[in-house]
Amino acid sequence: MAGPSEPTNVFTAGSQRSFNATLKKVYTWYTGGFIVFIIGLAIAEQMGLSRQWIGYIFLFATVGLYAGIGVMSRTSDAAEYYVAGRRVPALFNGMATGADWMSAASFIGMAGTLYLTGYNGLAFIMGWTGGYVLVALFLAPYLRKFGQFTIPDFLGARYGGTYVVAQIYGVGLITTRLTGVEFIYGIFLGIGGILVCSFLGGMRAVTWTQVAQYIILIIAYMIPVVWLSVKHTGIPLPQFVYGKVLEKVTARETQLIDDPKEKEVRAIFKARADAAAAGLKGLPGSFDTERKTLSDAVEKAKADNNADALSAAERALAAYPKDAATAKATWTKDSGLAARAAPPLRHAEAFPGKDDAARDISRRNFLALIFCLMVGTAALPHILMRYYTTPSVREARASVFWSLFFIFLLYFTAPALAVLVKFDVYTLLVGSEFSKLPQWVASWSRVDPSLLSIVDVNRDGIVQLAEIAIGGDIVVLATPEIAGLPYVISGLVAAGGLAAALSTADGLLLTIANALSHDFYYKMLDPNAPTARRVMISKLLLLVVAVCAAFVAAQKPADILFLVSAAFSLAAAAFFPALTLGIFWKRANKWGATLGMAAGLGITFYYMATTQPWLRSVFNVTTPINDHIWFGIQPISAGLWGVPLGFLVIIVVSLLTPTPDRETQELVEHVRYPNLTGDTMDTRGT
Amino acid sequence: MQLTQKHVEYWSKNLRITAILLFIWFVVTFVIGWYARELTFNFFGWPFAFYMGAQGSLIIYVILIWYYARYMNNLDRVYDVHEGEDE
Repeated sequence: MAGPSEPTNVFTAGSQRSFNATLKKVYTWYTGGFIVFIIGLAIAEQMGLSRQWIGYIFLFATVGLYAGIGVMSRTSDAAEYYVAGRRVPALFNGMATGADWMSAASFIGMAGTLYLTGYNGLAFIMGWTGGYVLVALFLAPYLRKFGQFTIPDFLGARYGGTYVVAQIYGVGLITTRLTGVEFIYGIFLGIGGILVCSFLGGMRAVTWTQVAQYIILIIAYMIPVVWLSVKHTGIPLPQFVYGKVLEKVTARETQLIDDPKEKEVRAIFKARADAAAAGLKGLPGSFDTERKTLSDAVEKAKADNNADALSAAERALAAYPKDAATAKATWTKDSGLAARAAPPLRHAEAFPGKDDAARDISRRNFLALIFCLMVGTAALPHILMRYYTTPSVREARASVFWSLFFIFLLYFTAPALAVLVKFDVYTLLVGSEFSKLPQWVASWSRVDPSLLSIVDVNRDGIVQLAEIAIGGDIVVLATPEIAGLPYVISGLVAAGGLAAALSTADGLLLTIANALSHDFYYKMLDPNAPTARRVMISKLLLLVVAVCAAFVAAQKPADILFLVSAAFSLAAAAFFPALTLGIFWKRANKWGATLGMAAGLGITFYYMATTQPWLRSVFNVTTPINDHIWFGIQPISAGLWGVPLGFLVIIVVSLLTPTPDRETQELVEHVRYPNLTGDTMDTRGT
Repeated sequence: MQLTQKHVEYWSKNLRITAILLFIWFVVTFVIGWYARELTFNFFGWPFAFYMGAQGSLIIYVILIWYYARYMNNLDRVYDVHEGEDE
């Protein structure tokens, strides 16, 4: 497949079998080399290499490595550029998809979410894995047989016409995913690495870089958890033994819920929150009355000649906000303390709530979220595109298995990590003395108080659980130190987070640029464009998209974060019904698909626009939220309405309008059979 | 092009295995999820529903996909609709 001008190296081998063998050898050596590299750094650390240098070495070594793979994979051949020559073996495609799928949010945030939300957080674990069952059963093998480059290619061929709206929409969806990728490790450096890599080699470069990134991120995730497991259970298999630890955590929770000291701290928070809420309600008058109460107390203490009371009253007055505006800000913040007045949640309890009605709503939302994440996974263009890159339908099926297997390795470890860290905090940190806090607590609360802050609220010198404010991300970031590992492992975890962020950004940027150049430029503007020009356009667009993405990410748009998670609902409602019915029901036609996509997407967006605070303000919706909520379902799961409606509309409208023509029906038969005798159709893209 | 009897049979077998695996997927995810508050018996140290949510269901998903790939790749050969070798 490689043209005469292509460089010859490991990524351009001849036959498929020798290619597989070479790849296995190369990546085995690579993994071994990486482990030797870590051991070398660990030895250097013992000999006095500074932490700063360890950080720099990790950063430059890994980014340099990714760039190197990019340079080796450079190509200008269209099939190589768009779908890596369709020669990526199932196992490696699975690893690359895994790296693409797991962003920094998965790598760093997942265990933290589980730590903070217990059972209910498992919706993400199940939702982001179970969707691959749908990919395997309904989409991957058929799309591979179809064998073009993008998802709108299939919709266009199956339902006729070019799906301009689907194209724009698909790009929009992937863009919302992209803005959620945290470029915390240096946006511009990352973008630089990505550009070298994907600019030169497109999907081929991205795929082989992502395999390298997967290996780094999985090693970085496993080492600290295994170590922590040895610390608490003596067994280096956290996934299989944390049940016992969970039992201990559950027993400890019961203790902490009833502990008088804990109750005392919670009561202090409750009093503060109530006072702040009362003050907020009484503004602007309450600002003056409150200040008067405080200055009266000072006067009274002076008159009584009570020195202790006087200094306390003076301190209270000095801490009082200077003006009404400051008071409003302070009180708004303090009224948020109500959350910390609540007893700790029970980690293993499903759907906690104050009564049966609340528990029932929690259960419905848990299942609805799983549904939307799963169906959304099976409809996101950048994941489906992956299965175009395998050599055959058979390999596409196997490749979904490997994808989920490699994602599974991380996702089935995260719940263990959350429980192990919780056990550490609940038993070793809670109850310790403020004068003897563990080293990791001191260093992390200095780094960022929003990640970890501990204040002796009731002034007894002992840490209570309620006195600890913890941010989810610390669970992964601080594990090496909690487990007592050398600093080199902390550097490794950071490199793992960087690999996760870059691999996701890589994949998304490439999908966007390819969709724009292939679906817009080639399919619509210049269908006769020679392949070299198409690839060139794609590369230019990649530059533009990368610069725009870096610009948007640098703005840190907080409200966009909702759209990131909503992308699953929106993708599910728009694409899943049309894609699956297109394969499984010959009778589905153009009218049904068009109206079905519009209806599914429409109702999903309508539900979000009327129930999500930010979108409500954008669309100026003023009627009460409760008028628009159906069955208590949260806006993030709006796809629960869109998917069934999409199916229904496609079926009803298709039955009311004419049957698709002979050629379209033959296309359906064509994709259903990996190899059909007498089938002369060839849909493969060139 | 006319589909032969064999082709029709291949497709209906495909639909059957798809339906069976989808049913297992549904039970593992949504039926167990729905009764999570009731299914708290001890399962090797974990409350059962928690274990299923955190790990059990994931293992089953991986097995479902593995089995589907194996079954279909075999079915392709039996019904002679398989592709040429990868080499």
